[in-house]
Amino acid sequence: PALGLFLFTIARDPLRIIILIAGAFFWLVSLLLSSLIWFIAVKASDPNNEPLQKRLLIFGVMFSVLLQEAFRFLYYKLLRKAIEGLVALSEDGCSPISIQQMAYVAGVGFGLMSGAFSMINLLADALGPGTVGIYGDSQLYFLTSAFMTMVLIFLHTFWGILFFHSCENRSWQEIVAVVVMHLAVSASSFCNPVYVGSLVPSYVLMAVAATWAYLLSGGSAQNVRRFLLCKS
Amino acid sequence: MIAFTNNSDSEEEPCNERTSLMSAESPPVPSYQDGLQASEAGEAQAHRKRRTGSSRSPNNAANGSTSSSSVPVRESAVENEEEELTLKYGAKHVIMLFVPVTLCMIVVVATIKSVRFYTEKNGQLIYTPFSEDTPSVGQRLLNSVLNTIVMISVIVVMTVFLVLLYKYRCYKFIHGWLILSSLMLLFLFTYIYLGEVLKTYNVAMDYPTLILIIWNFGAVGMICIHWKGPLQLQQAYLIMISALMALVFIKYLPEWSAWVILGAISIYDLLAVLCPKGPLRMLVETAQERNEPIFPALIYSSAMMWTVGMAKPDTATSQQTWDTAEDGRVIHRSPSHSNSEILETRSPGAIHPVTSLEELEEEERGVKLGLGDFIFYSVLVGKAAATASGDWNTTLACFVAILIGLCLTLLLLAVFKKALPALPISITFGLVFYFSTDNLVRPFMDTLASHQLYI
Repeated sequence: PALGLFLFTIARDPLRIIILIAGAFFWLVSLLLSSLIWFIAVKASDPNNEPLQKRLLIFGVMFSVLLQEAFRFLYYKLLRKAIEGLVALSEDGCSPISIQQMAYVAGVGFGLMSGAFSMINLLADALGPGTVGIYGDSQLYFLTSAFMTMVLIFLHTFWGILFFHSCENRSWQEIVAVVVMHLAVSASSFCNPVYVGSLVPSYVLMAVAATWAYLLSGGSAQNVRRFLLCKS
Repeated sequence: MIAFTNNSDSEEEPCNERTSLMSAESPPVPSYQDGLQASEAGEAQAHRKRRTGSSRSPNNAANGSTSSSSVPVRESAVENEEEELTLKYGAKHVIMLFVPVTLCMIVVVATIKSVRFYTEKNGQLIYTPFSEDTPSVGQRLLNSVLNTIVMISVIVVMTVFLVLLYKYRCYKFIHGWLILSSLMLLFLFTYIYLGEVLKTYNVAMDYPTLILIIWNFGAVGMICIHWKGPLQLQQAYLIMISALMALVFIKYLPEWSAWVILGAISIYDLLAVLCPKGPLRMLVETAQERNEPIFPALIYSSAMMWTVGMAKPDTATSQQTWDTAEDGRVIHRSPSHSNSEILETRSPGAIHPVTSLEELEEEERGVKLGLGDFIFYSVLVGKAAATASGDWNTTLACFVAILIGLCLTLLLLAVFKKALPALPISITFGLVFYFSTDNLVRPFMDTLASHQLYI
């Protein structure tokens, strides 16, 4: 689905592609920094201490989430400056791309990159012999990974929209809400392999974020109804 | 190298694209037992050319013919407007470069991942004489540094040689050289590549079919690159050639040497293009003095359409395949210029601009990137795919890093409006991301994935 999003909405406009790649880049940098921190922590600690490692991992995850949001903020700042530049360049004084579109594209960029990093090794291994979870792990590993990744990508997209919107209007509670949601989703993934604990809340949160973002972007219940009934 | 051409007819237009040309030696095939190695050594030798986009073509357009119907006249007075327009077209051009670079990388990565041949170590090129099979780390490092020095000096020598040739107008020699090299590249390397791919997939093919295929491929390629042909076909051929060259490099450069060479080449690129006494810069200036476009070969042009009636015995493009080894410049061109630049051959000199321009049709503004850039980007990504233990994550990270570097370079191009080296920024990003992803991110992601945690 994320690829479909990409093809239909982004691939047409070169500017959006650039923003997408830049968004992916920012996510990558945030991942780099967070893994650096984790790596240092692991090296500095005792590798045989199992619970400590687990706790370090959790710490690493949380830290990474916070870093991702920080980078999203930085990216927002960069895009603000870029918009001013674009406005100055364009002929009729208004920017060829609105901040909401940028928010959307940035979100997709983040999401795609995070999804790619989560899934791609899995996919490569999936081409190998079909031995999923023969050591007593869950047999649904691939399926759940796929769904989780998809929900994460969508979530990143919606968070992007929400985040940028809240930065525009300086409403801090929205930003806090986004960060909390992100943390919650990551934390829920700790319940794996009890998949109920992670997938269901994630999807619920995604639905919440989706409606919120939709409302923010100017949609309303009437629009949805009109769209579904194919009225003009 | 990236060069930016303005679509201005004024002569005092300060923003001219500069091109730097690297001399390419004709490959004397050394007599080794491994004939393959020898031919590839020769190949790599000839491949050492560098090229920068020519900056003078706008002026050529101005001088050469007044009947440049295709040239949208833009007075230098509205320089600002031009600048804006350039930047405005910037996004489109960036994408026009993204696509071929991406395609090249995809081809290289796909081949590396599937065909065993290119990851086996079967000896080294003559340019990297020191082996890396030494027991100690220090020795290995020393060897790779020495390898790099040898290779860079070979490149420098060839660049200077080419500049000298250009200075003394030995055009025929250069053209012959380029034709020879592209011949070898197109036929020999394709044959090897096809053989390996068929071996991997266990597909049998008899010799007549093989000969037919390779002959057709090579002949069409020669025509397309050196003469005229549909733009997309030419682009496709250039991409394929870059991919083949990159594969050769990946196979025959030892591990550490490859990374050190990549770093050293971007530094060299930076110096050669920007320093006043650099060979590439001298080439550009010489070309400007003579009011000729610098070798249009070895450059990938992203948007150019020309009429079929254009007669261009163009060996320049064959140079393209050889030159751009280190020096990739993106040349931003206005329609007429790009035409005369890309298609113009060196040999008869002044006549060409006139004829080319008269027959030109309106073209879109295009951007040109040297083929060497393609090759080295693909080498980086291919090496990441081949040797990284984190597999696809590292490859993906390097890919994004290179694209972002390209974006930034194009941005700088729009700001500075002169030929810029395309390698340094992208390669730096790529190297940084490769090493950091491989060592830092991979353990993190692996642990996350094994617990199925998501960040």
